Amino acid sequence: MKQVLETPAGLPPAKRASWLLADAGMADVLKKGLIYTALSIGAITMLIPFYWMVVTSLKTPAEAVAMPPVWMPEVPQFVNYGTALEAAPFGRYFLNSVLVTVVSTIGELFTTILAAFAFAKMKFYGRSLLFTVLIATMMVPGELLIIPNFVTLSNFGLINTYAALIIPYLASVFSVFILHQNFVSVPDELYYAAKVDGCSDFRFLWSVMVPLSKSAIVAITILKVIGSWNSFMWPLIVTNDRMLRTLPVGLQAFTTEAGTKYELLMAASTLVVLPMIILYLFLQKNIIMGISRSGLKG
Amino acid sequence: MDGHQKENAGVAFVPDRRYIEVNTLQVRFEDVTMTYGDKKVLEQIDFTFPAHSLVSVLGPSGCGKSTTLMLISGLMFPTEGRIFFGDREVTKLDAVKRKVGMVFQNYALYPHLSVLDNIMFPLKMAKVPKNKRRERALELANLVQIEDHIDKKPKQLSGGQQQRVAIARALAKEPSILLMDEPLSNLDARLRLEMREEIRRIQQETNITTVFVTHDQEEALSLSDQVMVLEDGAIQQMSTPRDLYERPDNLFVASFLGKPAINTLAFDPNGRIRRMMNIPQPYAGQIETVGIRPECIIATDHTQDALFRGEVTHIERIGRGVSAKVRLDGAEMLVTGLPAAVEEGQTINLTADDGDLLYFDQFGRSVRWSESGSSVGSAGA
Repeated sequence: MKQVLETPAGLPPAKRASWLLADAGMADVLKKGLIYTALSIGAITMLIPFYWMVVTSLKTPAEAVAMPPVWMPEVPQFVNYGTALEAAPFGRYFLNSVLVTVVSTIGELFTTILAAFAFAKMKFYGRSLLFTVLIATMMVPGELLIIPNFVTLSNFGLINTYAALIIPYLASVFSVFILHQNFVSVPDELYYAAKVDGCSDFRFLWSVMVPLSKSAIVAITILKVIGSWNSFMWPLIVTNDRMLRTLPVGLQAFTTEAGTKYELLMAASTLVVLPMIILYLFLQKNIIMGISRSGLKG
Repeated sequence: MDGHQKENAGVAFVPDRRYIEVNTLQVRFEDVTMTYGDKKVLEQIDFTFPAHSLVSVLGPSGCGKSTTLMLISGLMFPTEGRIFFGDREVTKLDAVKRKVGMVFQNYALYPHLSVLDNIMFPLKMAKVPKNKRRERALELANLVQIEDHIDKKPKQLSGGQQQRVAIARALAKEPSILLMDEPLSNLDARLRLEMREEIRRIQQETNITTVFVTHDQEEALSLSDQVMVLEDGAIQQMSTPRDLYERPDNLFVASFLGKPAINTLAFDPNGRIRRMMNIPQPYAGQIETVGIRPECIIATDHTQDALFRGEVTHIERIGRGVSAKVRLDGAEMLVTGLPAAVEEGQTINLTADDGDLLYFDQFGRSVRWSESGSSVGSAGA
């Protein structure tokens, strides 16, 4: 340390800095090493369940429950995929999943865009109070909403319908918040300019605000699609007709009174999550950008 | 056509009215008051901006000039009073319906649209057919000389180019009035000068009534047919740039305009100025303050001609000219354009033409008279 402080003072600042850096080289490598190790552990932890799912889907029934666990099946059992698909009406489940996901995503986007615009750009009495209350509801855990939502829907007589799967998910405070942050950053002059150009509030929202907030909108869309596609608890509770089931609920078919057929369950699960993984791989840049621009980490 | 620049060169300028076919209108405010909470931003404002003219609204920040523009555009509504475009009252119409064009300080171009789409945007809103939209946008791109960049996004343009696009967009829907809110303030000095000339050229070619808000007196004085000076929510004076400078209505206008600022001296009813300028009686009694611009003061060798006599306390030589601070009894005066021989510590005699002296009463109002036969008088007839 003493040595570092006694670096040639006559050198111009830039040179002095690089001299310091050269000396700090070892510490730098060590620091980087630690960071990469920590990140690798994190990544592996996240990936192991996926690996286990795929590997199990290729095992024989005996290998699937073997102890100690089998990390690599002796002969990959691709036949499991065919068997799994025949075990339940997955075609129907797939269509149900697509329907619920598409409708609730479009619906949520619509309500989110309108609400975010109102809170970001329109002036009305009680705006900030209302927004605070809305944000506060984000602290209520989702599980807590299951019972009131169920009661409400059953009072409307909507249990065991598509409506029950969709209606509770037509609005999201989280999305409103993310988009609100984006809308606020659009300068007021653009709003004035559009007004003077003969553009109504509604028109301004769709032809200027929405295109300008594309990345945030893509991000909330992707998060919504993934969430909706993977949703299990709610569809399980509000439907009992087999024909209304979505893919995650349909996976129950492999759990019988005689036990669970893990290799088939995992084969079906792999097929169910595949579209989402592909979606994420293609759009991960958008997700990260959309979220980080909103000033929200995590 | 690239004829624009060339015809400006020497030939008498003939306004080309093909860009604006609709009537451009005068703007009239009738007793307009604007309050935010309990703060009065504008109080009982009355004015008429004549059609086809370029009027600047000039004043220090917070004087209400931007509010005036917002009121004309319909983005804000007056607390009291009425607004007319021509004979039509527009007080209650909002910005969407008033059909004015507006240019903002930060350009406010739509960042996701190309230059051409930006210019076409108001036409799209007005449901002009697509091919006509394009035709007119290209025409305007030509007018503001941005035709080589029509496919670029605003971000790829310099500040001056962006402002040209903003002007084209504002003119696209053939507005009856063009509003500009400090359009040059975000540009660097060289571009500002260039765009100032451009705005003048475009205004003359289109002949559209233009309201130009600025805090920069040089801009206002060099550009406008008329300048309206605002301060504290009230109109201080509205007149041609020349009158504003030479015949200010009050002390505020006199000291707000001019760089360096005007010298003001207490008026002595028995003093030298009174005697030498032959100020007739009723006026001499009213005068409280005398104003004289630094560049109007001349050095003289003859003591009997001198209005002022004082010691040079500080000099600054800029090129050939000398500007000096001169100490009079109980006052200090700035004088520019003195002969180069002047030295610090020297006592000099100073005088000025009688037309260059401005007189103000105790409320700061200008005191003028016409019967004295002086040049001030004849100009004021």
